[in-house]
Amino acid sequence: MSKHTLAVLVENSPGVLARVAGLFSRRAYNIDSLAVGPTENPEISRMTIVIDVQKHALEQVIRQLDKLINVIHIAELTPDDSIQAELLLVKITATEKNRFDVDAVLDTYAAKIVDQDGTSITIEATGEPGKLADLLKALEKFGVIELVQSGLVALERGSSALSDRTLSPQSVPTADDGGQADYQN
Amino acid sequence: MATSSTKNGTAMSGASALVKSLEASGVEVAFGIPGGAVLPLYDPLFDSKLRHILVRHEQGAGHAATGYAQVTGRAGVCIATSGPGATNLVTPLADAAMDSVPVVAITGQVPSAAIGTDAFQEADIRGITMPFTKHNFLVTNAADIPLAIAEAFHIATSGRPGPVLVDVAKDALQAQTTYNWPSSFSLAGYNPVITPTDQAIQDAAALITQSSKPVFYVGGGVMKANATRELLQLAELLGAPVVTTLMALGSFPGSHPLHLGMPGMHGSVAAVTALQKADLLITLGARFDDRVTGKLSTFAQNAKIIHADIDPAEISKNRFADVPVVGDLKATIKALIPALTKALAKNRPDLTPWHRQMNSLREKYPLGFDVPSDGSVSPQYVIQRLGKISDPDSIYVAGVGQHQMWASQYISYEKPRTWLNSGGLGTMGYAVPAAMGAKVGAPDTTVWAIDGDGCFQMTNQELTTCALNNIPIKVAIINNESLGMVRQWQTLFYEGRYSNTNLESKRVPNFPMLAEAMGCVGLSCDRPEDVDKTIEKAMSINDQPVVVDFRVHRDAMVWPMVAAGASNDDIQIARETAPDWDSQEL
Repeated sequence: MSKHTLAVLVENSPGVLARVAGLFSRRAYNIDSLAVGPTENPEISRMTIVIDVQKHALEQVIRQLDKLINVIHIAELTPDDSIQAELLLVKITATEKNRFDVDAVLDTYAAKIVDQDGTSITIEATGEPGKLADLLKALEKFGVIELVQSGLVALERGSSALSDRTLSPQSVPTADDGGQADYQN
Repeated sequence: MATSSTKNGTAMSGASALVKSLEASGVEVAFGIPGGAVLPLYDPLFDSKLRHILVRHEQGAGHAATGYAQVTGRAGVCIATSGPGATNLVTPLADAAMDSVPVVAITGQVPSAAIGTDAFQEADIRGITMPFTKHNFLVTNAADIPLAIAEAFHIATSGRPGPVLVDVAKDALQAQTTYNWPSSFSLAGYNPVITPTDQAIQDAAALITQSSKPVFYVGGGVMKANATRELLQLAELLGAPVVTTLMALGSFPGSHPLHLGMPGMHGSVAAVTALQKADLLITLGARFDDRVTGKLSTFAQNAKIIHADIDPAEISKNRFADVPVVGDLKATIKALIPALTKALAKNRPDLTPWHRQMNSLREKYPLGFDVPSDGSVSPQYVIQRLGKISDPDSIYVAGVGQHQMWASQYISYEKPRTWLNSGGLGTMGYAVPAAMGAKVGAPDTTVWAIDGDGCFQMTNQELTTCALNNIPIKVAIINNESLGMVRQWQTLFYEGRYSNTNLESKRVPNFPMLAEAMGCVGLSCDRPEDVDKTIEKAMSINDQPVVVDFRVHRDAMVWPMVAAGASNDDIQIARETAPDWDSQEL
C-alpha cells in the first residue's frame, strides 16, 4: 500500500461529491483525505484525493472514477512534480511564560498566530503533511486544545494546466440519423 | 420525425416537453404506472403516439424495459412516480446495470420546494440509484428537461450501455416553458473510446499467432456491439474454439463446430477445460466474472490474456491483461480481422492437437441428465423439448436458478438476442416481465418465459398486463415445488437440511387457475409422454398468453458444477464425480 494523490476535475454540479464519495465507499477504496473547491473556471470544481492503495488498485480507482459522467479529468500528482499542501489550524495553551518557546517553534515552521486570548493562541500553518506533523509534535508539549486540518491540495509544477480539457459541446444525434443506435443483428 | 414536428421555441408545459423529448429520442413504447408526482406527465402522454403500457408493479415496468432493450438493442423506457414507485424500480435498474442494458427510467419527484422535507411519497431516488445507474439526473427546472432526456438516451445507449434515471420534480413538469431540443450535449467527462489503437490490434494479432492453444472467451459485449457477424468471421479465420458466457449465448451459433458451450460454474466440461488449459484467451466483451473464473488464482494459469472491451475499467480489474484493447467490439474485431489475416499468412500455428483435445472432451463429456425412475418429468427434458418444438427464431427468457441454467444448457441459441436472462444480478422474477418487454419489442416472434415456480410467484402479476394489452407470451413454469438452486446447494453443502426451500407449489397455488384468473390460458403437464403435446398446444395459442405448469422431478440437479470459490480444475460432472482426467491427453 502507498499513498497517491489524485487531482480530479469535475463538473460543478449538485451531487458530484456524493458520486465520488459513493464510488470510493462501494468499491472499498480507502480515502485518506479529500479536498474540493472551485477553480478558475466556474463550471469546473477540483478535487484533490489522497488514497492509500496498491499500484494495481490505483489504476482501477482512476478508471472507475473516469466512468463517472461528471468527472472530466484525472491526473496523479507525485510529490516531485507538484506542490502539495495542507492547512492546519491548532489551538494551544499559551501563557506569558511559554510564549517565547512557542514563537521559536512558529518561526521554524513559518506558522503564524491568527487568534489569541490570555490563555490560548490559535496557530495557522500550511505545508506538506510531513512538515505539519512535525509542527504538531513540537507544539504538543504546550498542550493542544483543539485542531483542524484540511485535506491535501496539490498543483502541478510548471506552466501546464490540467484543465486543458474544456467543456466542449458534442452534437446531439437525432432520431432521423439513428438517435438511438440500432443494435439489431 | 418528432424532432421536426415540434419546433424549438414552442410554448408548452414541462410535462409536454418531456413527452416531446421522448418522441424526439425515438421512443415508441414505455412501461409504467402513474402516481401523484408524475401525474402531470401522464396528461400529455394521453395524447402522444407513444405507446404506454400500464403495468401492475413498477418492477415489472423496469424488467419489461430491459427485455425490450435486450431484444431490440434500443433503450427501454419505464416510468414511475416518486417514493415507492421509484424505489420499486431499484431492482430492475440494478439488474440492467449489471448486465449493461440500455434503460431510461423517468420518475416523478415531489415539488422542488418539498425536496428534503420528508414530503409524502418522497424518496431520494437519485441518491439511491447512484451506485447502479450509469448516470442519473434530478431536474427541477422545466427548461432543463429536453437536454436531460437527450443526454440520458445518449449515455444509456452509447459506450458500455447501461441504465440512466431522470428524476423530474413535479413543479418542473407543471411549469410553462419553451421547448428547445438541444443541438449539443455538455458532457465533457463522457467520451467513450470507439476505435482501438492500431498498436493494440497489432499486438493482439502478434500474440494470437504465437498461440497453439487459443480460445475465444466471448461475453455479452459482442452482442451489444452488434458484432456477431464479425465474431463468426474472426473465429473461422483463426479456427480456434469459442466459449460463450451466460450473457453471450446466441452471439455465436450454438451448433457451430467451433463452439464448446458455456464456461463457468455450470458450464460444459469442454468450455471450462478449454479456458483452464489454454495458452491464450482472446477475451471479447467479457469481464472475468467469478461465476466464470471460479477461484481466480487458479483460473487459466498458463494463459496470456488479450482483453478487448469498451469499458477501460474492466481491463485488468480481475485478471491482468497482457494485451488490453479498449474500443467498440465491432470496430475492434473489424480491425483485427485484416491484421490477423496478415499475421497468419506469415505464421499460422497448428491448432490440430488442441482441437483434438477439445473434441475428445466434448465427445466424452456431453451434457446429460438422468431420467427419474419414478416416471416423473425431468426438468431438463421439458426444456430440451421446448427448444426443439418451438420455432427456430423463438426468444427464451429465463428467471434465475436451476431452470435458468438448464435453459442455458439444453437449448442451442443460434442467433443473437434470442436468450435473455438476469446474468449479473441474478434477479428472481425477471422472466415474466422481461418476456413481456421482449414480446413488445418483437411482436411477431414467439417468446417463451422459462420460469421457476419460485421466480414466477414474484412477478406473475404482469400476465394481467400481457392479457389486457395483447402481449401473448408463453410461460413454462418448471415447477419442482422448491427454490431449486438453493435446495441443490442445501443437498450438496448443508447435508440435505432443506431449510425454507420447500414452496409446496404443486399444492398451492394452482398455477393454471391463477393463469386463467389473469386472462391467460392455463395448462398443466406431469407426465413425460405429455410434454410434446402440451408444448404443441401452447404453440397453437397465439391470441392469449399461455402458462404451462410443468410439474417436474424435485431432486434434479444442475451439472456440471464448479462449487463457489473452488477452482475450475475441480469441475464435477455429477455429484462427487470428476471427469477422468488421467485418460485425457491435456
